[in-house]
Amino acid sequence: MNAPAIRAIYGFEMARFWRTALQSIVAPVVSTSLYFVVFGAAIGARVQEVDGVPYGAFIVPGLMMLSLLTQSIANASFGIYFPRFAGTIYELLSAPVSPFDIVAGYVGAAASKSILIGLIILGTAALFVPLHIAHPVWMVFFLLLTAVTFSLFGFVIGLWADGFEKLQLVPLLIVTPLTFLGGSFYSIDVLPPFWRAVSHLNPVVYLISAFRWAFFGRADVGIGISLTMVALFLVLCLGAVSWMFKTGYRLKS
Amino acid sequence: MQPIITITDLSKTYASGLSALKNVNLEIRRGEIFALLGPNGAGKSTLINVVCGIVTPTTGTIVADGHDIAIDYRAARRLIGLVPQELTTDAFETVFNTVSFSRGLFGLRKDPGHIERVLKELSLWDKRDSRIMTLSGGMKRRVLIAKALSHEPKILFLDEPTAGVDVELRQDMWRMVRRLRESGVTVILTTHYIEEAEEMADRVGVIRKGEIVLVEEKAELMRKLGKKQLTLHLQDKLDAIPELLADHDLSLSGNGQELIYTYDTRGGRTGITGLLTDLAAAGIRFQDLQTSQSSLEEIFVDLVREQA
Repeated sequence: MNAPAIRAIYGFEMARFWRTALQSIVAPVVSTSLYFVVFGAAIGARVQEVDGVPYGAFIVPGLMMLSLLTQSIANASFGIYFPRFAGTIYELLSAPVSPFDIVAGYVGAAASKSILIGLIILGTAALFVPLHIAHPVWMVFFLLLTAVTFSLFGFVIGLWADGFEKLQLVPLLIVTPLTFLGGSFYSIDVLPPFWRAVSHLNPVVYLISAFRWAFFGRADVGIGISLTMVALFLVLCLGAVSWMFKTGYRLKS
Repeated sequence: MQPIITITDLSKTYASGLSALKNVNLEIRRGEIFALLGPNGAGKSTLINVVCGIVTPTTGTIVADGHDIAIDYRAARRLIGLVPQELTTDAFETVFNTVSFSRGLFGLRKDPGHIERVLKELSLWDKRDSRIMTLSGGMKRRVLIAKALSHEPKILFLDEPTAGVDVELRQDMWRMVRRLRESGVTVILTTHYIEEAEEMADRVGVIRKGEIVLVEEKAELMRKLGKKQLTLHLQDKLDAIPELLADHDLSLSGNGQELIYTYDTRGGRTGITGLLTDLAAAGIRFQDLQTSQSSLEEIFVDLVREQA
């Protein structure tokens, strides 16, 4: 392990985050506040409670997940795609670093950023609704696990993409729809049986359900199943990354 | 002395089918300045990129100071600094930060003192807090050199360091390369500018279509392949070369005022004495004479043409 190199990559990526602090921090605060005004106030006025949880509080885990997923993917994919695009990747490839060092630096930084944003959203949410977290340790655990898993997924996208459009393709066409349909703003129990069954094919359902369980102690699906699904996805992403480094896929000719 | 880089049977065929390197064998001596010459697309950059770990070789091995670059890649890469041909920089970073980043990437602890020395030597110290995108092309080139020197490499690759660089920077760079050599760094540079190799290099390698066609001490190369010319400025104009002188390799120029004799320095006999005797016999008088030796550039052009 090349610890100074991991530190250098991590520091470099975090510096990019702070350099664009306005869009990286203020933007999620503004959009979260908007969700609370629109969903919390407008819909919450009609839907009083879901599963015994006030609607405003009910959507908090889903909102955090929504940002966590999109931010993890966006940060990690851009982080590795940009050096490839600009050509500065030559330095990384000629440096005494292993694939592990590279992934630890980039994915670590991307996950840190999205966790930070998740916590900012949690803080913003606390201004609007009273929050009580039933299993704080599990909450932090899922926060970490999701951030790392989806940063890894973003890293895979950043290695795969050969243009800026492709960088946007997966987040826009797959991740955002899956998150919206994954029960961010509702419990999948309210769906008709057919759509509830379809929802079980959506991996994001398990993430949001587990996260909601950590908050309120209630879940759409069993916590064990959720954990297994996330772990499975993590292993898939790890496999993809190690294959990419082994073959030099789009990194080396 | 053991060579610092040993390249054995190295070949590279790209996925496109392009065979960029064909069975290259090359040794770089410790502490030398080695110039790799070759026309565009000859494989110079591919060779450098393979040694630096950016391109995966198809076959062959490379050992850098006792470390196989594939197996013991960490130890090998720590020794090597690379200044790429393209001006690829992190536009938004400051000069100081980007150079510090490189040092970290190569596994070294922070050392602001060393970074300061490197930046001062490259006349970048005043620009240390400037974002790279605000710098001129020449300054960006200096930044790339500073990045390559940030981790105190023992081997430095300069891939066309002076392409599109003004005279001042080129001379700065030559001075820097000499200082590096004095401090024990081995420098391998590729260039189009023959004058650069002629001025700087201890040894010259010529690569053509992925094959090393020649490796030679620069002085030896110039001695061996160098043709000399003797130019005689005639007192009286000649319309044609007289019959009597037909055995000599002569040509007429300068409106018949100059007689040019080309001879090979390789042979023990230059034929000058015979020529002068024959000139006297033919009654040709001259008022001045001069000799000139072909430059590395002429040698190089000859060589590439010969092989074509």
